[in-house]
Amino acid sequence: MDSSLETAADREQLRRVVIDPVSRVEGHGKVTLLLDEDDHVREARLHIVEFRGFEVFIQGRPYWEVPVMVQRLCGICPVSHHLAASKAMDRVLGIPITRSAEKLRRLMHYGQILQSHALHFFHLSSPDLLFGFESEVGKRNIVGVAAAYPEVARQGVLLRKFGQEVIRATAGKRIHGTGSVPGGMNRHLAVEDRDALRAEIDRMVEWSRAAVELVKRLHRTDPALYDEFGRFRANVMSLVRADGAMDLYHGALRFRNADGKILVDKVPDQSYRSLIREQVKPWSYMKFPYLQQLGPDEGWYQVGPLARVQNCDFIPTPLAEAERREFIDHGRGEPVRATLAYHWARMIELLHAAETIRDLLGDGDLLEGALLADGERGTEGVGIIEAPRGTLIHHYQVGDDDLVTMCNLIVSTTHNNQAMNTAVREVARRYLDGRKLTEGLLNHIEVAIRAYDPCLSCATHALGKMPLVLELADAGGAVVDRVVRD
Amino acid sequence: MGGTFLFDGRPVPFEEGQTILQAARAAGHYIPHLCWHPDFPPHGSCKLCIVKVGGRHVSSCALPARDGMEVESNTPEINGERRALLQMLFVEGNHFCPSCEKSGNCQLQALAYELDMSSARFAHFYPDRPVDASHPDVLLDFNRCIFCELCVRASRDVDHKGVFALTGRGIRKHLVVNAESGRLADTDFAVSDRAADICPVGVILHKRVGFAVPIGERKYDEASISIVAMEKGE
Repeated sequence: MDSSLETAADREQLRRVVIDPVSRVEGHGKVTLLLDEDDHVREARLHIVEFRGFEVFIQGRPYWEVPVMVQRLCGICPVSHHLAASKAMDRVLGIPITRSAEKLRRLMHYGQILQSHALHFFHLSSPDLLFGFESEVGKRNIVGVAAAYPEVARQGVLLRKFGQEVIRATAGKRIHGTGSVPGGMNRHLAVEDRDALRAEIDRMVEWSRAAVELVKRLHRTDPALYDEFGRFRANVMSLVRADGAMDLYHGALRFRNADGKILVDKVPDQSYRSLIREQVKPWSYMKFPYLQQLGPDEGWYQVGPLARVQNCDFIPTPLAEAERREFIDHGRGEPVRATLAYHWARMIELLHAAETIRDLLGDGDLLEGALLADGERGTEGVGIIEAPRGTLIHHYQVGDDDLVTMCNLIVSTTHNNQAMNTAVREVARRYLDGRKLTEGLLNHIEVAIRAYDPCLSCATHALGKMPLVLELADAGGAVVDRVVRD
Repeated sequence: MGGTFLFDGRPVPFEEGQTILQAARAAGHYIPHLCWHPDFPPHGSCKLCIVKVGGRHVSSCALPARDGMEVESNTPEINGERRALLQMLFVEGNHFCPSCEKSGNCQLQALAYELDMSSARFAHFYPDRPVDASHPDVLLDFNRCIFCELCVRASRDVDHKGVFALTGRGIRKHLVVNAESGRLADTDFAVSDRAADICPVGVILHKRVGFAVPIGERKYDEASISIVAMEKGE
């Protein structure tokens, strides 16, 4: 697959253009472009410049703190980390969680999907799509959307609010709640919360349908842009339920190649390491995962809505399933690969989340039943969940003294690292190459990154593993000593 | 011989031998405290119960009440000093409330809310204090110790085991376990000991019960410490 434009040969001779920070994404990242005298793009990279290090400082902490501590990774989808860590600790404790606990966690998670997808589409991305990539920058934001399309903005804000209310009702707080614990949950859904959510849910389903329609209308209006912008071949990975259904809370790993053929299927979450390896590159804090059997050059892949909607065999709620079929048909037998199709797929998932919440709210197990169970204690656990942005892996080892001895986190944005870089290069090659750069042209790059809904603050945790070159130079610039750590 | 003193301008009766804090509490007036506990003799180390008597700042848990005293407690000046003491306690240890199991049941946290402490103000020490997870039932997280010695006193005077001690002086003072190895597992400490449930902060924790009670539904989430302390006699 195409990895040209990653590193130019004569870097010192080139002009450097930096987009710093990339705006309307979570966390801090930057893009560097190296251009030659004729404005041809010779190198394009997405860098993640912040460092978090949770993998290290979670070591030595008691396991029961972990689901609460690791969710502080992020304020946008803390529930995903909260639940992935809880699932991993369920395995450590050897506990198959109770029916009530699983349904409550599912409700919490689909509330998270709903609010995060609404936030991303309406607040962060819709300004680009509704106004155009090169529109007036001062209006290219949610306030501008509210002025020009008040009903769209209103529905977006209220969809997000509803998702957050689902989280509050299950986790105790809209952000950084503590509902899920190793081995289950610590609360039921209150009847009054259930009733309040039920009173609103039909409207949320309708608005989610309208959101899918909005994206489809955009695709119809400018197919040349929506079907071609940032289009490239990529493998995909996601969790899939045992019967092939989309399941964002639990499943086994499935991997498809760029032609849509299933390469690997039904890999249990506990065996993810047999599937995935990670590569480090000297210019980024974020690792580059790949499918082991294909190697780093061929084995990189996409995760998230575009991957999930095409990786599953069906979506187990009727309205979203109908939309999935239409989406698949749009590819005319080929996988849909355009970067902007992420938004379409994301809105199909938004609808699926709303339908799932509606179905769950009618379930009496949310209101009563055992929340915690017992099990036979082990020492290791993996928890995988489909977070809003894609597959999220938490892996822990816990000593006999109950302290965590090892933590490995592979977050959605990390899986998408190579794909986002490829998207940046595709867009740079197609739209920027040979032209005088303007803010609007540079925004094309950001639009491509934004489509992945990256959470850069979640993505950088390895410590002591990064390759490092240290050079000591004298006053004349000559290198007198050099230390390399691979 | 008992008598009456003025507490923030209001008369408070006392009996012979009662401290200012005891008499004030008996009359329904709360004075903040951390190292004081109704079941133990006054200790006078945390200084949170500081009051002003005749222009002098004294520990109300230790000073016997006297007839005609004029005591100032709930004043901007005294609460400001209490807040500064809390800020020093916070920066001296590693207090990360968001993932602490004691959150909502912690007296240090509750007092910070009570006294409107909105920032740490001083530079954090970030001390390196490894946890002791050697005991099968109890975790010791020294990061949160405020040196109140309640565990030392409970283990020595109630449990008659002497499991804990403070060692070092001044800035290097710290809590240790009385065992050659320094590990709790190598003592006769038991989860049923009084010392296992006496810690006002999150140092001594029962293992494997993290967040069973949701944050938001805990003791000091329901009511402020000034109310809880008086109603529950804590």
